Amino acid sequence: MTNSPMIAPPVPAGVSTKHNITRKGIALTVRNLNAYYGTSLAVGDVTLDFSPNTITALIGPSGCGKSTLIRCFNRMHEVLRGAHAEGEVILDGDNIYAPDADPVRIRRRIGMVFQKPNPFPTMSIYNNVIAGLKLNGGSHSGINYDEVVENSLRQAALWDEVKNKLKDSGASLSGGQQQRLCIARAIAVDPEVLLLDEPCSALDPIATLKIEELLQQLVEKYTIIMVTHNMQQAARCSEKTAFMLADDKRVGHLVEYTATSEIFTRPKDKRTEDYISGRFG
Amino acid sequence: MAQPTISLDHRTLLSAELARYATRRVTNSIVRIILLILTAIAVLTLLVIVGYVVLNGLSTLFPVVDGHLTFNVGFFTKPGSAPGDEDPGGVFNGIVGTLEMLAIGAFIAVPIGLGTAIYLSEYAVGRLGRIVRFIIDLLAGLPSVLVGLFIWMVFIHTRILDFSGLAGALGLMIIIIPIVASSVEAILRLVPDSLREAGLALGLAKWRVILRIVLPTVSGGVATGILLSLARAAGETAPLLLTTAGSTLFTNTDPLKPMTSLTLQIYNYATSAYPAQNQQAWGNALVLISVIAMFSAAVRYVTGRNRYDQ
Repeated sequence: MTNSPMIAPPVPAGVSTKHNITRKGIALTVRNLNAYYGTSLAVGDVTLDFSPNTITALIGPSGCGKSTLIRCFNRMHEVLRGAHAEGEVILDGDNIYAPDADPVRIRRRIGMVFQKPNPFPTMSIYNNVIAGLKLNGGSHSGINYDEVVENSLRQAALWDEVKNKLKDSGASLSGGQQQRLCIARAIAVDPEVLLLDEPCSALDPIATLKIEELLQQLVEKYTIIMVTHNMQQAARCSEKTAFMLADDKRVGHLVEYTATSEIFTRPKDKRTEDYISGRFG
Repeated sequence: MAQPTISLDHRTLLSAELARYATRRVTNSIVRIILLILTAIAVLTLLVIVGYVVLNGLSTLFPVVDGHLTFNVGFFTKPGSAPGDEDPGGVFNGIVGTLEMLAIGAFIAVPIGLGTAIYLSEYAVGRLGRIVRFIIDLLAGLPSVLVGLFIWMVFIHTRILDFSGLAGALGLMIIIIPIVASSVEAILRLVPDSLREAGLALGLAKWRVILRIVLPTVSGGVATGILLSLARAAGETAPLLLTTAGSTLFTNTDPLKPMTSLTLQIYNYATSAYPAQNQQAWGNALVLISVIAMFSAAVRYVTGRNRYDQ
């Protein structure tokens, strides 16, 4: 669901629907972002550039604000009572925190997958995938739902496991399958950026591996930002890593942000080195 | 395996422990029996009331005429009677009145109650939410005779309405609203926030998330809340006593005219000086209990069929 004509890609010849298009992800630029719970500052003054079609990992100990930060990137932070954020998050030239920016439209361009798999329990697998398209109102006449379901589930590497039981409840799947269903649901609305908030922390190692493999394919199409508390996971999957740490006032700050290979071998900051070498956290 | 040798000290300790264990067992059984008796009193009270109503009610429905058991068809097809009438009549007007007033009251009250519940659970923050919740609780605890008095004062005394089915329905409405609001709110709060977040993160507007994701997830619980409120309202007498001026004699379907109900019939017949009418009260009571039991059965059916588990 591309909202702005500015970023609509040219349709290659022979491609019938926009869901088949291999499209480049979009860069996300963060400038001086502060996130608050009530009046207390939780994340202070973060400035970051996320490269298109890149997996960036956000790492750091518990309570460092990495989940808070990622929730600011699609304006999900403010959904919590009393929470708000200030600063700029620029998606393709548009500041998503501009006064006239509509959070609902922004969330269609920046999809999110949560820590705990959360398929809609009353919906079938099929309806879970198309929930974002079907429930959002407007005209649905141009959408071929069967195609969207198959494409999204194939991209989420779940198609072969569920193609014969699309009418079953989404809740009937295993945890790993549910999480891939949530990924399929997120990409069915055709976002440009995919945010993953500790997507594997509720999964077993095999399911985790599957998701990690999947991310390597998805990064061809989307810009991926992933929070993880698992440093091995960051090292395995991401190209770039941002390390965050809370200061003594429990305000999270960005400590170091560079190529993943760099940060795990030659960290510039002493605190980064202490963390990745397991001295705390 | 070789048993470790037990010294004399240990043996003394052991026997003391055994003695204490015996006392504990006895105390446990005594407590259990006391609790059982208390539970039995609670359950028996209900059984005696229902049993008494059923037995007496059945003898109204199936009277023994000339030594034969007969079925009193007229009990369901005829309106009630006046004191001293030869034919004691039936419950038809009561059933019509109860169902009609319940339908009108619920038609107005359920949307109001649902809206309040959704507002409280999904939108209300801080102080305003607490105040609204407190008022809803007060309303739910209001003695129902005050509800009747209120309707009488505001609508009937001012001649906005006559004593009528509509006035009674407004009374039932006031009974239904807080029950629906508080029970549905409690149920909506059971929906985990992760589902709301999942919907919002897909770029769905908040009201669509509520309507298409939150409510369907607990549709069984919402239906239960509504049915319970109807069961409660069906058994109300006081709000109608002061507002409907129901006559035992006529069947009326016009909501702007006086209307009776099963509960009013019971009240009128039970306080009558004629034994034949007293007997009619039991029949009415049996029908009323059956109506309420049907709502309860519907509740069980709905909750058993559609339960949210995660």
